[in-house]
Amino acid sequence: MTAGPWKMESQRSYFGRALVDLGRRNPNVVVVGADTTESLKSIDFGKAFPDRFFQLGIAEPNMISVAAGLAAAGKIPFATTYSVFGSAHTYNVIRQNVAYTNLNVKIFCSHAGLTVGPDGATHQINEDIGLMRGIPRMTVLVPADGPETARAAEAAAGMKGPIYCRFSRTNVPTVTSDQDGFAIGKARTLRDGSDVTLIGCGLMVARCLEAAQALERERVSARVINLSTVKPLDLPMIDRAARETGRIVTAEEHTVVHGIGAAVAAAIAVNHPVPVAMVGVQDVFGESGEAEELLRKYGLTAEKIVDAVHDLLKRGDRRK
Amino acid sequence: MVEVTEELIAALKRKAVTLRKHIVRMTHNVQSGHPGGSMSACDIVTALYFHVLRVDPKNPTWPDRDRFVLSKGHACPVWYAALAERGFFPVEELMTFRKLNSRLQGHPEFGTTPGVENAAGAEGQGLSFSVGLALAARMDHKAWRTYCVLGDGEQDVGQTWEAAMAASKYGLDNLTAFIDRNGIQQEGRTEDIMPLEPLRNKWEAFNWHVLNIDGHDFRQILAAIEEAHRTRGRPTVIIARTVKGKGVSFMENKIKYHGAATSDDELKLALAELEGMEASM
Ligand SMILES: Cc1ncc(C[n+]2csc(CCOP(=O)(O)OP(=O)(O)O)c2C)c(N)n1
Ligand SMILES: [Mg+2]
Repeated sequence: MTAGPWKMESQRSYFGRALVDLGRRNPNVVVVGADTTESLKSIDFGKAFPDRFFQLGIAEPNMISVAAGLAAAGKIPFATTYSVFGSAHTYNVIRQNVAYTNLNVKIFCSHAGLTVGPDGATHQINEDIGLMRGIPRMTVLVPADGPETARAAEAAAGMKGPIYCRFSRTNVPTVTSDQDGFAIGKARTLRDGSDVTLIGCGLMVARCLEAAQALERERVSARVINLSTVKPLDLPMIDRAARETGRIVTAEEHTVVHGIGAAVAAAIAVNHPVPVAMVGVQDVFGESGEAEELLRKYGLTAEKIVDAVHDLLKRGDRRK
Repeated sequence: MVEVTEELIAALKRKAVTLRKHIVRMTHNVQSGHPGGSMSACDIVTALYFHVLRVDPKNPTWPDRDRFVLSKGHACPVWYAALAERGFFPVEELMTFRKLNSRLQGHPEFGTTPGVENAAGAEGQGLSFSVGLALAARMDHKAWRTYCVLGDGEQDVGQTWEAAMAASKYGLDNLTAFIDRNGIQQEGRTEDIMPLEPLRNKWEAFNWHVLNIDGHDFRQILAAIEEAHRTRGRPTVIIARTVKGKGVSFMENKIKYHGAATSDDELKLALAELEGMEASM
């Protein structure tokens, strides 16, 4: 996907292995699926622990409520499906049976965003982050790569409360390392800089790093933050970025209407207003195409991030 | 409907082979899509588009047209193939399926593809949509009918049964549903993933008129549709026993071809089989 020094890896494979690991260590971990468990690789858990795996068919609202019941009786259920079905399709079930009931349900979904590819707009959800971060009590995770997806699953199992986590169908560049660790609620600075901060999530983190490299050649110093927890936001880190670099560009494979750009911009506006630009899907549906073509057509590239930085630099109104 | 002659059956059979060739080619060309469920529904779709439906390719939004709703949207290759062969858009356009900037999206998009009546992709919405169409036809005292094709995996979806109740509440005898009973869903057999049987009894309990047929026998398909037309006061559901991947021996009954295209070698074999079938007709 990205021309860079990075290895391309499957978040789904990391997720599947992480589930099996968790299952070995904790007999309370259970998995529910909805006729997409081979895609999600949650079937790996089903093969290892058939008694703790429940195939519920094409019935996602039922799956979420069943998970809630399991959680209410002390289990740690991972509900696994495609992002469009684990968020929008089941929104009010999640709201009432999971969040309002404050249960320990972990909704882990692949096939987020445009990079679902040829299946087209019905399957490319660019609205799930906004939907989920709007629900009280919900924690929202967007891991940047395979290893971080495994760490997110691990952290989710160790935290009490509802969690939504979204990742990609396509292979993505591995940009994090094991030393990075993973703490829910903590963003991570992957690269320091002083002129602008690029805040990305998911596969856009790699594009932020690429953009930072390109900017370095123009002597623009860009900080890069991996915002793998979208909610709760790491406010201290965002506040510091605003104060120290004076400009923020966000990048997400999600609509800019209510995604991480909107979340970050709101936090900055309240705490320390500086100019913000958002790279993301505009207020439109996607379409069929190959993942990379779609990212290009919808402006989710390193070049667009660089352009956004140029625009902010031209405005010249950096305030620290 | 005109009399069912040998010539008609032969013509429908030939057309179905043509559609199957398109399905295999379209999915191979883009190396994605869902050939299996397109091929199992192919004979039903062929019977509808080439004998039953009153539609006008020159005027796809003619208000008095019959409505065809594909609830299992992933099977849209068969729909696009039928629409192209029926003259709604050029046959050459089929090869743009699932490509960037195409009118033929990976799942049906309403308003983009001439002849497509509903957006689908998330399973389970088409029958409810069809209930709305059928209610509107009745309100307006119109004779047009609504036909909806569902998957058997789609019987897992709760909304399917919400629609079933609504249709029987309103006695929608202008609505006919087909269940493509191929026995396979995305990652397994329906009876392993979520057992459906006794399916007939379920629909009967929901007050539908239920018919069981062989979904690859044109005489049975047409006779069932006739019977649905004659049935008053209740919607009809035609449970059509089918074979997923029907028409290409190595694709038949294979879970894999739910969502996998053929390789280059397999494409040759598949086309050879279908052309052999054509030649023997
Ligand atoms: C609500 C929903 N959940 C999951 C999916 C993913 N999916 C696509 S097709 C399919 C299986 C469909 O099986 P069936 O209805 O039997 O279709 P057919 O065998 O006719 O192809 C699944 C699970 C979906 N499209 N919609
Ligand atoms: Mg099926």
